[in-house]
Amino acid sequence: MSRFLAMGGYAGSVWPSMALTFGIIAWNIIAARRSLRSALAEARRRARIGDDP
Amino acid sequence: MDWTWFHRFGSPPHLYRLAGTLVPWFAWPAAILIAAGLYGGLVLAPPDYQQGDGFRIIYVHAPSAWLSLMAYTMMAVTAAIGLIWRMKAAHAVAASCAPVGAWFTVAALGTGMLWGKPMWGTYWAWDPRLTAELVLLFLYLGYIGLRSAIEDPQRADRASAVLAIVGVINVPIVRYSVEWWNSIHQAPSVMKFGKPSISWPMLTPLLIMFVGFTLLFAALVLVRVRAEILRRERQARWVTEMVTQ
Repeated sequence: MSRFLAMGGYAGSVWPSMALTFGIIAWNIIAARRSLRSALAEARRRARIGDDP
Repeated sequence: MDWTWFHRFGSPPHLYRLAGTLVPWFAWPAAILIAAGLYGGLVLAPPDYQQGDGFRIIYVHAPSAWLSLMAYTMMAVTAAIGLIWRMKAAHAVAASCAPVGAWFTVAALGTGMLWGKPMWGTYWAWDPRLTAELVLLFLYLGYIGLRSAIEDPQRADRASAVLAIVGVINVPIVRYSVEWWNSIHQAPSVMKFGKPSISWPMLTPLLIMFVGFTLLFAALVLVRVRAEILRRERQARWVTEMVTQ
């Protein structure tokens, strides 16, 4: 296991790369879902008050 | 030729529902493929004879770079369709590609820098490939900035579409920079004509990652397209009816 984590001496490059990419993937999933949720909430709010400026 | 499918596709309520149905069909296979590709790339693939285990960065770097170019191309093509056929749904797709493409450009640049430090001895060099990819990021940011600076959505669509289309010239520059100029970046090993120049145990996880990332991109864009359509169609009766049901 520790040999795997050491990545043949390249741990300092391999793991930050993985963290960066999967961090970006996670953030994109959160951001896309959040964007849809807020658009739905906005549409609901408009439908409720019935204003169409 | 029957063009009704084209117009149906351009109908916002239809695209909204279709996108909603399709999301899980892209998202779950993407999750499975990326997990499998990652296991194959980090555990099963043998170390490279020159780069040791450092080469494993390619399993996230190359698919990110591929998405950065594919997303831009898709953005430019859909923006052009929106401009030529005045199709609002196409503009919505173009606008949805931009943030996702920009993030994967950041991933490609960041992982490339992390790889460059031990392999080239530097995080960054003003090399044709690297510089063109950085220009790609600026094009995305310019597109996003331009859209958010123009309040009227239709004007924002048109202006940003022109930028997207003009900027697409950068895509082949990124792609062929390593062949046209003396680049320190290595030449393609997979995305080229003829046989790939890496061995199958190394190549298989990479191909799985390419498919997984592409499906992930599709799922992300579909969710964003739904949000874009809702914002554009907020005065439409179908939206009011849908959210009050």
